[in-house]
Amino acid sequence: MSESTIVKLPDQSTARIPKMNYLSKENGILSWLLTGDHKRIAILYLISLSFFFFIGGALAGLIRLELLTPQADLMATDTYNKVFTMHGVIMIFFFLVPSVPATLGNFLIPMMIGAKDLALPKINLLSWYLYMAGGLLALYTMATGGVDTGWTFTTPLSTHYVNTNVLTTGLAAFIAGFSSIFTGLNFIVTIHKMRAPGMTWFKLPLFVWAHYAASVLMVLATPVVAIAIVLVALERTIGIGVFDPTKGGDPILFQHLFWFYSHPAVYIMILPGMGVISEVISTFSRKRVFGYTAVAFSSVAIAIFGFFVWAHHMFIMGISNYAVLVFSLLTMLVAVPSAIKIFNWTFTLYKGSITFETPMIYAFGFMGLFTIGGLTGVFLGVSGTDIHLTETYFIVAHFHFVMVGGMLMAFLSGIHFWWPKMTGRMYPEKISQLAAVVTFIGFNFTFFPQFILGTLGMPRRYASYPPEFQILNVFSTAGATILGVGYLLPVLYLVWSLRYGKIAGNNPWQATGLEWQTQSPPLTENFVKMPIMDHDVYDYEWLEAQQEKEKEVASA
Amino acid sequence: MSEQNAHAQHAEGKHAHHIVSPKTYALILLALLVGTATTVWASYVDLGIWNPVIALAIACTKATLVVLFFMHVKYSSKLTMLTVLAGIFMFLTLIGMTLADYISRAWGQW
Repeated sequence: MSESTIVKLPDQSTARIPKMNYLSKENGILSWLLTGDHKRIAILYLISLSFFFFIGGALAGLIRLELLTPQADLMATDTYNKVFTMHGVIMIFFFLVPSVPATLGNFLIPMMIGAKDLALPKINLLSWYLYMAGGLLALYTMATGGVDTGWTFTTPLSTHYVNTNVLTTGLAAFIAGFSSIFTGLNFIVTIHKMRAPGMTWFKLPLFVWAHYAASVLMVLATPVVAIAIVLVALERTIGIGVFDPTKGGDPILFQHLFWFYSHPAVYIMILPGMGVISEVISTFSRKRVFGYTAVAFSSVAIAIFGFFVWAHHMFIMGISNYAVLVFSLLTMLVAVPSAIKIFNWTFTLYKGSITFETPMIYAFGFMGLFTIGGLTGVFLGVSGTDIHLTETYFIVAHFHFVMVGGMLMAFLSGIHFWWPKMTGRMYPEKISQLAAVVTFIGFNFTFFPQFILGTLGMPRRYASYPPEFQILNVFSTAGATILGVGYLLPVLYLVWSLRYGKIAGNNPWQATGLEWQTQSPPLTENFVKMPIMDHDVYDYEWLEAQQEKEKEVASA
Repeated sequence: MSEQNAHAQHAEGKHAHHIVSPKTYALILLALLVGTATTVWASYVDLGIWNPVIALAIACTKATLVVLFFMHVKYSSKLTMLTVLAGIFMFLTLIGMTLADYISRAWGQW
């Protein structure tokens, strides 16, 4: 009978966490707040991101509670507008965009390429401070009245009609944007300049390729949304007229600028998640990722195509029919590289020695949910069906399948996969497998009914709805409570594992990445001596030979 | 000779820090000031549709000078130049495809 797990832990009676590591090197709050170590900054990000995730999650809970009944009875309709706006702002700018890159990317990219740190450690720390400044400003705006434009700040609503905290919320997103640009810039420079000897481009783990593509997007697209926000501010404060038809401007121009960033931002969010899935699928199938080069280039292709499709968010907004035709066609193209990834992961599984540890369960969840999310995107990319479905719950379900079902599953997969490396300890396997399954079930209960609601015509962003939609909304709210349990469980057992988890050892998953060939938790310098990449990426035979050699040395 | 060394270092992928002479900086500064003055002057002359064209042409020329000389891109590696070109390419995409919408709005139904 084959083994049901690949986990190999050291003898727990003798195993110890290495005394010298990045966590123990210095103590005190200042050693964290002034650190240049990419691993510590990643942990700072992990804590702060989780904080914002639960605030955004609580707002989602309020939305779902309000929608339990057809009437707007839990809160005033104005308040409801503010709640869904802040849910979107916090989840997108302060969780999804930085989630995988700022935590796992920060922690792992230098280790995966065999470097001591990122190229610009101080810029890395600055990016966390900017992130916190933006995040706290967003919370301040929420506490002082909130904003009700929707996370898209759409003009002319945001410039002419609402009197809420548009400026401060815009400023919060603006500041967070710079945090994102700095992270992207740091990754690009690091990947170009700091690879260990032998680490050629085609030996890079696919996690690194995915982050490289996402970083290019961060650097090239984010400034455009920053400019768009500045123009909204200028329009509101001094009425420059760029979005005002009475002065020769055009409100739709804002949407062009906004979506020029915000569509690629979807790929900023999802590409790093895809990087995680490549690593996890390979490790738990014990196989090199099928079509490595195709998967690597599909990341780049997604990044490039992602720039040419933004107007599909605007098909019903009054843009030209010809532009609709062109953008609809281009939107179909971006489905191709995404599908390349899904097919290649599936082929990686074929004849692999698959085991079902928690990261793999989350990865399977990602593959299924992202595929549904992606394919329903095709419905929305076709202009005919888009006219019926846009601004309904179908679109809400679609992007939650991609962002929550895809990205959040990938984030949780990655957190579990690299938890032993980050902390030196294992999380408890059984309860975490349960949490992964609960998340999957809760997610489908929450969001699948929304596809049906949207098809039936229930519009998004309203606190009340016709009574015939109630049953599906009750399903959705009930599902959200299950989903909430699925997200709370990891927090509890991961914190528990910091003290009581089993000692993980260097490489509990028998994975091939350079990050697994050093101690857990790693030294501040990552490696005792500079690693040399003398084997192929995902080379499990090399790993076995290496382990055999170590055994021989130990027995001798 | 020193230029040859700099080229050799470029070829090896090392950073050669090119020192720009104060004279070059002064000339570029002068060109920028002339550009600014011309922009102000041109804005007072009624050239019809050509007013924004001239203003944008001067602005683009000035931006190019800043990028090439003040930001040292003229003396940087090909990778840096490619990075700058990527930014310009994305900018042109933004402008071009947005204009495609504006221009074709009057064409009606297809």
